Amino acid sequence: MFAELNGILNWSLDKFEKGQCVLLSESKTDGSFLIHHFLSFFLKAQCKVCFLGLVQSFSHYSTVGINMLQAREKGQLVFFEGLRNSLDMLLPESDASDAEPQPLSFLRWPSTDLRNLFDFVNSSLSQSENDMSRWASPVLLIDDLSVLLSLGVNPTAVLDFIHYCRMAVCSKQQGNMVTLVHNEDDLGDEDCDLVLHALTHQSSLILQVHGLNTGYCRDVHGQVLIKHCLDHDATLTHSLTHPLINKYTISHISYYLKFRNLIG
Amino acid sequence: MAIPVQSMTGISNARLNVEMNTTSFQKKSRSKLLSIPGTRPSFQNGQLLVSTGTTSLDYVIGGGLAVGTLLLIEEDVFDSYSHMLLKYFLAEGIVCSHSFLIASAGEHPDDILQGLPAPVLDDVPKDEIGKINQRRENDVSEESQDSMKIAWRYQNQPKVQTVLAASSRFGHYYDASKQMSAETFESAEYYPFYLPAEVHLKYSVSSNIHIGYIKLLRFIQGVIHKEGFDRACPQSKTRNILRIGIHSLGSVLWGDDICCKDDPLYAYSLTKFLYGLRGLLRTSLSVCMVTVPSHLIQNKAIMGRVTNLCDTVIGIKSFNGSEKDANDLYKDYHGLVCVKKIPYLNSLICELPDTRDLAFKLKRKQFTIERLHLPPDLSDTVSRLNKQDLAESSKLLRMGCGAAATGKKHLDF
Repeated sequence: MFAELNGILNWSLDKFEKGQCVLLSESKTDGSFLIHHFLSFFLKAQCKVCFLGLVQSFSHYSTVGINMLQAREKGQLVFFEGLRNSLDMLLPESDASDAEPQPLSFLRWPSTDLRNLFDFVNSSLSQSENDMSRWASPVLLIDDLSVLLSLGVNPTAVLDFIHYCRMAVCSKQQGNMVTLVHNEDDLGDEDCDLVLHALTHQSSLILQVHGLNTGYCRDVHGQVLIKHCLDHDATLTHSLTHPLINKYTISHISYYLKFRNLIG
Repeated sequence: MAIPVQSMTGISNARLNVEMNTTSFQKKSRSKLLSIPGTRPSFQNGQLLVSTGTTSLDYVIGGGLAVGTLLLIEEDVFDSYSHMLLKYFLAEGIVCSHSFLIASAGEHPDDILQGLPAPVLDDVPKDEIGKINQRRENDVSEESQDSMKIAWRYQNQPKVQTVLAASSRFGHYYDASKQMSAETFESAEYYPFYLPAEVHLKYSVSSNIHIGYIKLLRFIQGVIHKEGFDRACPQSKTRNILRIGIHSLGSVLWGDDICCKDDPLYAYSLTKFLYGLRGLLRTSLSVCMVTVPSHLIQNKAIMGRVTNLCDTVIGIKSFNGSEKDANDLYKDYHGLVCVKKIPYLNSLICELPDTRDLAFKLKRKQFTIERLHLPPDLSDTVSRLNKQDLAESSKLLRMGCGAAATGKKHLDF
């Protein structure tokens, strides 16, 4: 979606680093444009994508980025819509405990772990031989992880979940993982900080979206810092910081959207 | 999520109209799939919008409240202005003949309904509209006999509609000093939810959400499914909007303890409820306004999570009883409004207001939100002249003039 960002990351559709865990964090502004970017990037790169959309509905993601309906029909994309599925868990019809496990079962007392959610991710990304030939490496996208914390999941359970996902997706299948987490320093949300710090420690590529320190401004949205752990094997990991003014990308987006309106 | 505004369906109609009109140039008209009174499509992202009942608030949040979204109002300390906003929201629903649902734990929903402000309708009453229409028809028949001799190309143009029916307008003004008449709201479809009537003191630990929230969620779900506000319903049925107003959610009266303790037992009750509610709203033709006493919530992290789970968040701070009341700077206003969150709906960017810190004042017929600006005189030392001073100075000036012209004498003509 944003060619500039790909240029900075040195990624292209046929050549990008595999087995990476990418962390997106947002503070005081919205970082979801990066989620849209990576979603359309991996779909274009013919990866098998599992998307846990916990914040917005399918139609939102589909309208903003590339058409996801097609990808879903082809079996390239597995989309999990949290908003739609949450209600069945919050308001169970009856005491149907023998029903098959649901990904969002943590919403129902007393189970609070994310085992079923991981099973869902694992089964949707495990590739049959047919899939192997059709799609490139698997990708897991999560928008956003903080919602799980808001819904009462223990931070250690979230970290366990992430660890399992990394093992299954990044290590075993050499796939990629992209997660978005809120960064709320000033609110004193300890759970959120714990998850953020642990993920910062584990991730190899970090994109931090910050609102402006001077406060809200209509024209400039904020800045993106890109922290790159260049070498995993080297004992010394470098960290590069790219300050980016967000405005350029956003203005690019607005043109892009205008164009879409014209043709649609 | 949004009701798509189809631009393609208008083409066939447009073609037919070409012959009627004088030019082939057509304004690209967007005919929408759903036309419900009191709604309009957004200019930015094609969302179906409804008015919040406060015209200036509509403007601040990008034209109106998108159908299927949740607006959270952070209450002011005495819950007077936020309650007013909730009433405007519901009154707007009645005027636009939307269905509405009121949920409350303190004040009875019927009482809230009784206290709704009366709309200020500057339109002509109905029987007069009938008369005007009749007159117009007569005019038309007269005109048809003698056809236009000059400007004949405008003959086929439709007459300009001057009288608007009340419901077709987007956003109304309300007279806060008068109450809405009973016959106005009797005809509206209304679903009350009063917590003390629904929940008995019996406690159940089937889930870690509080029982009051579960009941309310079930109630809303029931109304949406039974009364056909579901998006999945067949399109042929006449559709309407359901407005949901929830008063003081999260307060002690709802049985929640987030207002009492820093480390509450049911810390995730409210967030889970809001998540479920949003899931329900996204799949139905409904909008919801929730007021939350955010100043009472002890743990700020909880308020942060609640903010993240809502679509639009507006904070209200009134000057009542605060030190700011005495400040000269704020004497024109009743309080401050802070736009904390604006939703990203079907687009990468949201509506961007010029500034997020605004001020409001409540007049008798209008709740206005304005840009906060400094009044020209800040203190007494900076001499802004009041009337008396002005009179004296003008006297001085006259004396000066007089002195220049004719010595110490006044100029008399």
